[in-house]
Amino acid sequence: MNKQLTCIECPMGCLIEVEVENGAVKSVKGNTCLRGKMYAENEVICPLRVVTSTVKTVSGKMVSVKTDKPVRKSEIFEVMKKINSLTLDRNVVIGDVILANIDRDANLVATQNYND
Amino acid sequence: MKENYDIVIIGGGPAGLAAAVSAYDNGAKNILILEREPRLGGILNQCIHNGFGLTRFKESLSGPEYAYRFIKEVEARDIDVLLNTTVLSLEDNKTITAINSEYGVFSITPKAVILSMGCRERSRGALNIPGSRPAGIYSAGTAQKYVNIKGYLPGKRVVILGSGDIGLIMARRMTLEGAKVLAVCEIMPYSSGLRRNIEQCLNDFNIPLYLNHTITKIEGTSRVTGVVVSKVDENKQPIEGTEMHFDCDTVLFSVGLIPENELTKGAGIEQSRNTRGAVVYQNRETMIDGIFACGNVLQVHDLVDFVSEESEIAGACAANYVLNGRQEHNPISCINGDNISYVLPQKIDKNIPGNVKLFFRVRNTFKHCKIVVESNGVVLQEKKKLICVPGEMETVILSSDVIAKAEGDIVVRLEC
Repeated sequence: MNKQLTCIECPMGCLIEVEVENGAVKSVKGNTCLRGKMYAENEVICPLRVVTSTVKTVSGKMVSVKTDKPVRKSEIFEVMKKINSLTLDRNVVIGDVILANIDRDANLVATQNYND
Repeated sequence: MKENYDIVIIGGGPAGLAAAVSAYDNGAKNILILEREPRLGGILNQCIHNGFGLTRFKESLSGPEYAYRFIKEVEARDIDVLLNTTVLSLEDNKTITAINSEYGVFSITPKAVILSMGCRERSRGALNIPGSRPAGIYSAGTAQKYVNIKGYLPGKRVVILGSGDIGLIMARRMTLEGAKVLAVCEIMPYSSGLRRNIEQCLNDFNIPLYLNHTITKIEGTSRVTGVVVSKVDENKQPIEGTEMHFDCDTVLFSVGLIPENELTKGAGIEQSRNTRGAVVYQNRETMIDGIFACGNVLQVHDLVDFVSEESEIAGACAANYVLNGRQEHNPISCINGDNISYVLPQKIDKNIPGNVKLFFRVRNTFKHCKIVVESNGVVLQEKKKLICVPGEMETVILSSDVIAKAEGDIVVRLEC
């Protein structure tokens, strides 16, 4: 079975064709780079996405966050629920883990310095 | 704040930050950035999604992370910054009048000025959509500020007009925060947003994209209660009988960006009708000596990586102006020919050595086409393209040898 995909790894948005046989990837065509190949292989088996959002703080300000690895696309709304249940009560710098293992081994990390 | 500055940079977003660092590293040591917001970084602070910096840093950063890379560089140098400071006017003698709560109204006349004010969103008023003025109508960028900076969700049931990247990003963002995005309507037969954003912002969440459709009526008096969406014909006129009704409480507009050039206009700086930004030489100097422009105030870029690149040119050349004084210009014009909507820089100064990278946009979607650069009917350079779309800026690099060969104005056109 062949699947057509639009790669989301970079602004080029390559049109990729993946050949899948018995639940395994047989070939990947149309990608320009290795990231595209990896994206396509994941996309047909278990789609993954980086989630970016904000976490509220005790001061009322918002701090931007992301998952440091892509999470399972099927779990995005579960991840959002966890993010929105948090209230940050400490200062953070970019890269600090705010919630470990938010989905499997992906951590939620700050993408902004917060210094109340 | 000091009495005198060599370079004053108006705007501390991605363009201003990169220009400041580049000016400093190229020898100008007396630099001031004026920023109206309480922090540096500009629009990147509210662009919390990732995908920034792939060209420049070879990694996918969020907006705040990308901004911070440059803020750190500014902080590491002796560059002055005034936050919460709004520039009121710029004069052609480079006198800047600004206001903040610390100094009140004050004026500075630096040796060089860099314009890096960015751009603003086109509004509902530019589109003439009938209806009263209920609450619930926002530009996509305003909604983005509410959600990402203020932490408010501006509505629950949303229709988005325009499929530019900010609109697509906000469709996903509001969906993640619990809103229902009913439709994204695009009057053109194609989206002006990146393909990856159609995929990861709309398709991932089953949000329908209606091409060749526009909003023809906004309903509601105190709050939006619904919209009527109609199909348009090839002249973009609504077709009767194609109306669809959506019950919604929020409408977002993502219908294009306009360079923020009120200060430019006030100083009498020549502007291009095509870009709606200043006319510049390849060193990003405007037609007034010592005033430079870069980033989205000059041309609306697709990627911040290219804003940084352009701003580094402006910063370096402003430093050169401060250190070496005014140079004689020997200009030829760069003109947009068939199927090209604009070319930047609009002028090439033959006295400035080095290659020149021309930036331009095509008017339509073209497949298997050829970009031709010519002068006086003589072809200087050609570039074959599999596909060109208006949403993606194109570039051609002209070597100094090629520029030397140009006898008259340079024309860029697309041949199909």
